[in-house]
Amino acid sequence: MEAVLALAIGVLTASGVWLVFRPRTFQVVLGLALLSYAVNLFILAAGRLRTDAPPIIGKDVVDPTLYADPVPQALVLTAIVISFATTALLLVVLIASRGLTGTDHVDGEDDQ
Amino acid sequence: MSDARLLILVLALPFLGSILAAFLPTRARNAASFMAGLIGLIASALLLSFYSTLATGQTVRHVAPWLPSLGLDFTLRLSGFTWLFALLVLGIGTLVVLYARYYMSEEDPVPRFFSFLLAFMGSMLGVVLSGNLIQIVFFWEMTSLFSFLLIGYWHHNQSARDGARIALIVTCLGGVCLLVGMLLLGHIAGSYDLDVVLGRGDIVRAHALYLPMLILILIGAFTKSAQFPFQFWLPHAMSAPTPVSAYLHSATMVKAGIFLLILLWPVLAGTQIWYLIVVTIGLATLLVGAWSAIFQHDLKGLLAYSTISHLGLITLLLGLGSPLGLVAAIFHTVNHATFKASLFMAAGIIDHETGTRDLRKLSGLMKFMPITATLAMVAAAAMAGVPLLNGFLSKEMFLAEALESQSGTLLDWALPILATLASMFSVLYSIRFIHQTFFGPPPVDLPHTPHEAPHWMRLPIEILVLACLVVGIIPTLTIGPLLQIAVRSVLGDRTPDYSLAIWHGFNMPLLMSVIALVGGVLLYRRFGGRLNAMTNSPFIGRLKGRRTFETVLAALIDGASALHRMVSTKRLQVQLRILIVVTLAAGSIGFLTYGYSVGNGPTIMLDPIFAVLWILGGASAIGAAVQAKFHRLAALAMVGVAGLSTCISFIWLSAPDLGLTQLLVESITLVLMLLGLRWLPQRLPEFWPGGRTPFNVRLRRGGDILIAVAAGLGAAAIAYAMMTRPEPEGISRFFLEQAYHGGGGTNVVNVILVDFRSFDTLGEITVLAIVALTVFSLLRRFRPAAESVELPVQQKVQNAFDAGREDREHGDTAAHYLLVPRVIMEWMFPIILTCALYFLIRGHDLPGGGFAGGVTASIAILLLYMASGTRSVEARLNIQPVRWISVGLMFAVLTGMAAWLAGYPLLSTYFSYLELPLIGDMPVASALLFDIGVFSVVVGTTALILIALAHQSIRTPRAPKPEKAPDKIPDMEGDT
Repeated sequence: MEAVLALAIGVLTASGVWLVFRPRTFQVVLGLALLSYAVNLFILAAGRLRTDAPPIIGKDVVDPTLYADPVPQALVLTAIVISFATTALLLVVLIASRGLTGTDHVDGEDDQ
Repeated sequence: MSDARLLILVLALPFLGSILAAFLPTRARNAASFMAGLIGLIASALLLSFYSTLATGQTVRHVAPWLPSLGLDFTLRLSGFTWLFALLVLGIGTLVVLYARYYMSEEDPVPRFFSFLLAFMGSMLGVVLSGNLIQIVFFWEMTSLFSFLLIGYWHHNQSARDGARIALIVTCLGGVCLLVGMLLLGHIAGSYDLDVVLGRGDIVRAHALYLPMLILILIGAFTKSAQFPFQFWLPHAMSAPTPVSAYLHSATMVKAGIFLLILLWPVLAGTQIWYLIVVTIGLATLLVGAWSAIFQHDLKGLLAYSTISHLGLITLLLGLGSPLGLVAAIFHTVNHATFKASLFMAAGIIDHETGTRDLRKLSGLMKFMPITATLAMVAAAAMAGVPLLNGFLSKEMFLAEALESQSGTLLDWALPILATLASMFSVLYSIRFIHQTFFGPPPVDLPHTPHEAPHWMRLPIEILVLACLVVGIIPTLTIGPLLQIAVRSVLGDRTPDYSLAIWHGFNMPLLMSVIALVGGVLLYRRFGGRLNAMTNSPFIGRLKGRRTFETVLAALIDGASALHRMVSTKRLQVQLRILIVVTLAAGSIGFLTYGYSVGNGPTIMLDPIFAVLWILGGASAIGAAVQAKFHRLAALAMVGVAGLSTCISFIWLSAPDLGLTQLLVESITLVLMLLGLRWLPQRLPEFWPGGRTPFNVRLRRGGDILIAVAAGLGAAAIAYAMMTRPEPEGISRFFLEQAYHGGGGTNVVNVILVDFRSFDTLGEITVLAIVALTVFSLLRRFRPAAESVELPVQQKVQNAFDAGREDREHGDTAAHYLLVPRVIMEWMFPIILTCALYFLIRGHDLPGGGFAGGVTASIAILLLYMASGTRSVEARLNIQPVRWISVGLMFAVLTGMAAWLAGYPLLSTYFSYLELPLIGDMPVASALLFDIGVFSVVVGTTALILIALAHQSIRTPRAPKPEKAPDKIPDMEGDT
């Protein structure tokens, strides 16, 4: 499992980095989306992988070893919402910049 | 006896007044000045109430711990000396307010002026009352800032803007030096508390870092107090309104440096190097200022240079390092403030009533304004050091000290001669000021016919001149006790015996005074007539302080931009490449130093389905990367597949909350992107000449692939190394154990978000709200590019079909588009909303919560928009996202603040269980209320963004000609 997840993070990162290097804004938005998947998975992995142990506890005495680590999950939950907000903002900025500059190049002007 | 806490009030009053004044209407001249004057009076009265305490030699302190671990406390401290100085700041400030009421024109935005003036008064009081080194620097910078605003008050005037800029740059440069100096001083003394530092003078003076610290602090003080070679900013600051000059450039701002030197005198003074630097600089300033003042043609310019010269005199006195020198310095600071403020005000009246300040044009004003003339004459006599006036007393002390000084250097014999010379110059320019303005033939060609100023405008001058006289004639009864308190608070046991008598018998200082007076008169008789014809100060006219300053500044700016061009680029792609390559390099250092190894912690057996999932997910990610340029829709779909794989992984790996939220957010993001796609330009494959991709393009792409692969490998390697090692003991145990008993919820992730770490969540929803508003305002003004405005092909075909048939109306086909799914989608609305509420309520115990609920609710709204179209939804349903956001934020904040009522810190939660029939035990935690706030903000944010984007499609395109009626600014609620 660990190896597959690590490879998945790697592939997502590589595709994301390639895309954020591209000159067109839409590519950059997609690249950031892929990068945020990679980062979220990475943060979750920092709590180590557990299956079938969601951090929904019983009401009695709690044995922490039985549950997945809730802290990375809380972090990722925040990150998901924030990355939604940044994606939305970026998308709108690129639309506005396209309207203002007439191009979808990240620098606001084509290089050739 | 007064409470130390009253000091907070003294300090806060001017700032409160400043804020109030800023909100007054532009023409409220009387209200603003009345309030400012009242504040000055109240603060002065409060300050006076400390007299009895301070008279016993005590120091009043009020300490409010702020960052005690860093030695940073908010400390207010009042000693005899700071009391006297604060009184000066407030007293002259109040008089200036009265004066400014009559000086400022009705056309000027006067409340703004008073707002700045009060803020400056507060900052100056801050410098004076601070008992912590860093706090002093903080208020010091504020005085620079507000003096900038005050000097540049007539900002339509180029010279005002230039003067303000020069003053700001010079004093802020000094401010930076001062900050470093103060940090060093605090480091040497072991504390930033002023009283502690004052007690450790011996340690400080013996320390190895004494010299750099001293130089830095002196640069700070010298720039502020316009000492040579930084004196050039002061004459340029004369473009300020005269009340500003009367206040800042006589009594306060320029005295801040002097104040600091006196304050730190017991710690810093007394070494040979102190003597050499401070005496030399003071002497140079004294002479340069006095000499230049003689040749000024502008009344205020003359006064500015005279101020520079008097500041030099005080600096020189402090440099001598003798207790008597300090007494004379404090005394002269007060005296100079009184006579110079009144002279500036008199110059302002002359300017106001005649329309010019040019000495060459002014003449014979005695007949037109006898009272102002008399007042100015007395004040100028005080400046020249004529007996029976306050200036005479302190100048006498100065001359005596100049004689006394013994350092074993050339300065010993030069000092008395140069001091007499400077006094002679002072007499000379004082006579010139008076004689050319008030005597001689009646003036010709003045812009206005001169007449006496209104009585209330003269009153401040009358009070100040009266002070000059009273102090000059009966010093022991007036200034004596105050001076004694001030001196004692600085010197303590070293307080010398001094006498404030007018007559000390025939002695050397008196002889020097007489020489200066007689010499000055003779020089004026001999050369006075020629001064008007001179355009430059002889000898030192070559010292172009301003030109040097501008040259240095220009060189700095050019150098910075050249450096920027050399090492940086405007191109974002290049910057990003550099950033990621550097990150990669930084990451590799760890691997290269310590090697890479896989851990041996417990791992989970691979489930083949998981592998298949990620073969799919990984392939889509790569596919998206390849297709994003030409096939946007396909790339978007593939990103979606990668997102779904992520989502399934979350659920697989015991994070149901994440899976749920990710799934919901994924849907919203997809719709968002689809809405955005329409506004992007069409992209066709490049055609390179010769059919081959150019080499540089291939090189760039190859490089990018290399970096991307390296980044991916690095991320995978780190992730794998991390996951195969056992998890160290973190803080999770605490959360798991406390979630139910401390937070009343069994879903630990949710409890962390809305209870343990709810402050973070509060910050996060604030970010969401800001993003939503930014999106909204960006799109408000947005007009799509021309080629995107056209109707899509399908709609054109449909409309053509409608137009071709007689039985069909325009838009019928589009209206019946996907009728069945549409009805189902509309019916789904209440169901999805219920689901959203369910997510919200159960969130504390089971997967769900405010975020998930909020996103679900906005999906319901979104489906409705998709099904029925923007116009038809908004005809029936009035969603006001901005209200949802504001109500949500308020809900969250108020819930958090409710904890204060129970005496707990912000955002503490309360919970219990409620028995409900049918539903059973329902947890009622205040965290649920907080979560409702989160829910509301999320609904508002997503709805606002999506609706704003959706509205772009129904916008009317920009009117082709701007001269047509201004196009309606569409807003969320109205534009349907």
